Amino acid sequence: MQQYRRIEMTVGVFVFLGLVAIAWLALKVGQVGGIGESGYTLTADFNDAGGVRKGSDIMMAGVIIGRVDDVKLTNNDHATMILRVNEGVKISEDAFASVRTKGIIGDRYIRITQGMEEDHLVAGSEIEETESAINIEDLISKYIFSGKE
Amino acid sequence: MSNGMINEQSSAAIFFGRMGRYAMHGIEQLGDGTRLGMHALSLIFTRPWQGKHFILQLYALGVGSLVIIIITGAFTGMVLALQGYYTLAKFGSESLLGAGVGMSIIRELGPVLGAFMIIGRAGSSITAEIGIMRVTEQTDALEMMAVNPKRRVLLPRIVATTIAVPLLVSIFDVVGIGTGYIVGVEMLGVNSGAYMAELIAKIDMIDLNGGWVKAGVFGFMIGMICTYMGYRATPTTEGVAKATTQAVVIASVGVLIMDYILTSFYL
Repeated sequence: MQQYRRIEMTVGVFVFLGLVAIAWLALKVGQVGGIGESGYTLTADFNDAGGVRKGSDIMMAGVIIGRVDDVKLTNNDHATMILRVNEGVKISEDAFASVRTKGIIGDRYIRITQGMEEDHLVAGSEIEETESAINIEDLISKYIFSGKE
Repeated sequence: MSNGMINEQSSAAIFFGRMGRYAMHGIEQLGDGTRLGMHALSLIFTRPWQGKHFILQLYALGVGSLVIIIITGAFTGMVLALQGYYTLAKFGSESLLGAGVGMSIIRELGPVLGAFMIIGRAGSSITAEIGIMRVTEQTDALEMMAVNPKRRVLLPRIVATTIAVPLLVSIFDVVGIGTGYIVGVEMLGVNSGAYMAELIAKIDMIDLNGGWVKAGVFGFMIGMICTYMGYRATPTTEGVAKATTQAVVIASVGVLIMDYILTSFYL
């Protein structure tokens, strides 16, 4: 019986170790949103999402302030994004959202630049000023073919 | 001429006949194993509970495999950091080392290498133990005492591997990421902030879930295959030896095949 007690205790330690490992992976590495996601959402309408996906970063002044919750096609040729912005980050009503690239071949992210307005966007409202992804191929072809016309 | 034809035909017939026999034998075993395992599992919610035997198995299989899992995880993380650094340095992107090590370990190497180690350490002992119980007629003795050997012997082992493997794989993951950090940051001089930041940025919950689902499925498979092979082993010394070898081979190959199938779901 004494020995069974010891076995029980060792198993307890083992299970505890395993659960700690799971918790560390989920909370620290996976960054589980927890129960009920934090922050608030905004929408933004782009002509071209240019490779931004669910989970892409949202940055302001180079700091991550949220993640893209969803990207879907609307009106047949527009990309509407749902942006989840961290609690406490205030975005002015005339803020400007653009699709940018980290480095030359890096990931796409959404950059938000503050505007001049004093009022802030409330949850669920739309960022109206947007700029779509810059497509290098389009730029090059425009440059090459502009002389011919 | 006609004689040759007959010979050719009959050798083809032998070939296909043998193939058919192997295939049918395999399917028979698969069905028999599934029925046996499911029968054992169906007893999980019925009394008498097998709590004590479950704990004993968790001790033998889980705690017993802990050291080998930590050692394997440590060296896997270290060699991944070393190899990853060597490759990434060519592109000047050493900062991605954390993401590389974490991604490989969590998505792929943790579950698969962990499962292999557990098959070798615990799976073989399950088969050998149950096989010897059959040889020495201990299972018949249990039945004589109105104890269902499926409930007492098979069920705790299947449940224990299903629970122990995800726990062991999580420990493997954490140890691997930790030793990768030690080699990458302390020995090779990668930026310590970049290692963890890239790891956290690149790994999403779906990667972790994929790893855990794999670990759970592998654990269940190991339990089912190894208990079945032991329970249905020919009750002789050679029979048990053969069953143990087969259990390790089938479980390992099964893990690899299942790994591909599960990975294609979790991309």
